[in-house]
Amino acid sequence: MLKIINLKKSFGGVQAVKNANFKIPAQKITALIGPNGAGKTTIFDMISGFSRPDSGKIIYQEKNLTKLEPYKIANLGIGRTFQQVRLFKNLTIKDHLIMTKNNEDTKILKNIFKRQKNDGAHQKTLDKFGIKKTLGTLVSDLSYGQRKLLQIALALEKPHQLLLLDEPVAGVNSVIQNEIENILLNLKKQGETMLLIDHDMNFVRKLADWVIALDAGQVIVEGTPQQVLSDQRILEAYLGQ
Amino acid sequence: MNNMFSAYLTHILIIVVIYIILALSLNLALGFTGLINLGHVAFFGLGAYTSALLNMAGVPFILSMLGGGMVASFFGFLLTKITKKLKGDYLAMATLGFSFVLYSIFLNWTNLTHGPMGIPGIPKPKFFGLAIHDNFTFLIFVIIIACLIYLILKKITNSPYGKLLEGVRDDALGLSALGKNVAKLKSQSLMLSAFFAGIAGSLFAHYISYIDPSTFYLTDLIVIFTITIVGGLGSLKGSIWAGIIIIILPELLRFIDLPSSIIGTMRQMIYAVILIIILLLKPRGLFGRIDLE
Repeated sequence: MLKIINLKKSFGGVQAVKNANFKIPAQKITALIGPNGAGKTTIFDMISGFSRPDSGKIIYQEKNLTKLEPYKIANLGIGRTFQQVRLFKNLTIKDHLIMTKNNEDTKILKNIFKRQKNDGAHQKTLDKFGIKKTLGTLVSDLSYGQRKLLQIALALEKPHQLLLLDEPVAGVNSVIQNEIENILLNLKKQGETMLLIDHDMNFVRKLADWVIALDAGQVIVEGTPQQVLSDQRILEAYLGQ
Repeated sequence: MNNMFSAYLTHILIIVVIYIILALSLNLALGFTGLINLGHVAFFGLGAYTSALLNMAGVPFILSMLGGGMVASFFGFLLTKITKKLKGDYLAMATLGFSFVLYSIFLNWTNLTHGPMGIPGIPKPKFFGLAIHDNFTFLIFVIIIACLIYLILKKITNSPYGKLLEGVRDDALGLSALGKNVAKLKSQSLMLSAFFAGIAGSLFAHYISYIDPSTFYLTDLIVIFTITIVGGLGSLKGSIWAGIIIIILPELLRFIDLPSSIIGTMRQMIYAVILIIILLLKPRGLFGRIDLE
């Protein structure tokens, strides 16, 4: 579904991604692991269009994404969550759900005179993701875990074929972590295609079908979770041995 | 005496309403979309000059006024194209530069604008066979226009489209990850904001009957910003109340027996003091929903 070909990216004198090559198969969960600074989020940013590669290609369903703007990439069906939650703090949960589900909201006249209904559908979405708050709650009044859940809900509610999840369970308590795990395991059963970054190896082991390990901007090993997580090179990368 | 006071009051109220329109329109770009646009006063001037010149060339008032709005809006579009990659302080500096450039054009394109001599004799509005000659009728007219603009902005900001503009302000990157064209939204917001500022400019020109470049300089920008910030970013109601307070309060100085040279300076000081007090006591302004960052 997604091919990363000879991808390179430098920031000043630091080469964040050095000639990365890998493929993301459809209907599988692929985990991108590696120590801090390995280039994982930089790769996510290049796939989403937030950062342009210095060279190389990102091919998604036969289209080269490297020069596309982020909103066009999102509308091609690549959904994304962020390590640091990116929501709109002065808007309500309902506002977020409306903007996720309505793809014609940039048309001024069409939207100004449109009546908004569908509170029932929005409430169902909240229930599905275990967000126990009313639709009118401001996002700034949500706990960090609830914001993480809402961010995942938004990425899933927007029509997509590929989901990029950047540390979905980082910084949340064990209850929310279990909820997120269950949501993702259900999605796995439904055949969702996902690429996720996480440092929690138990979480990766439970969820991922395929693991790609990066170190210093390069792919050092890839394979099934069992193969990769027992590989000596991973220990060396994490522990600096 | 009573007649003089009522004429004075009518004049002040007309100015209040024109500044309310300016603050409402600035609030769309600044408060709702988060665009620090210091070029707003240039849009005000563009609307005034365009409308005055068109009307004096024989174009009917309504078309001249709309023309003023559209020219301002077009320059808003150009400004977003030029400043596409800028945000925050950098955008503020670039838009301030835009204000200076437009001011220089008003000042130096003498064939068109008469430079520092200004344009005198701008006719009073006349439309559908109705001529507005007295100030009270003009006041009713500007109130109607201001109400119309308020309702349009209210409708826009309450709609899903308005929520997208707020999304641009809160997290543009997060919004683009949801598939929204942030550059287009910014451009549309600034164009709409400029359009209404242009309408305010037209109303001002046809009311005062004389415009010159000094009317559209930084001092006016400070007043418009003060009203918007004191009223509260993202609050249309706030812009209305703050417009009334900020314009009327310094007028009280006229009733104190002070030389006019001191009154002029004190007026600016009053704006500064109100702004500092509000920022200290109510950082979100009178009715604001969002923090000033």
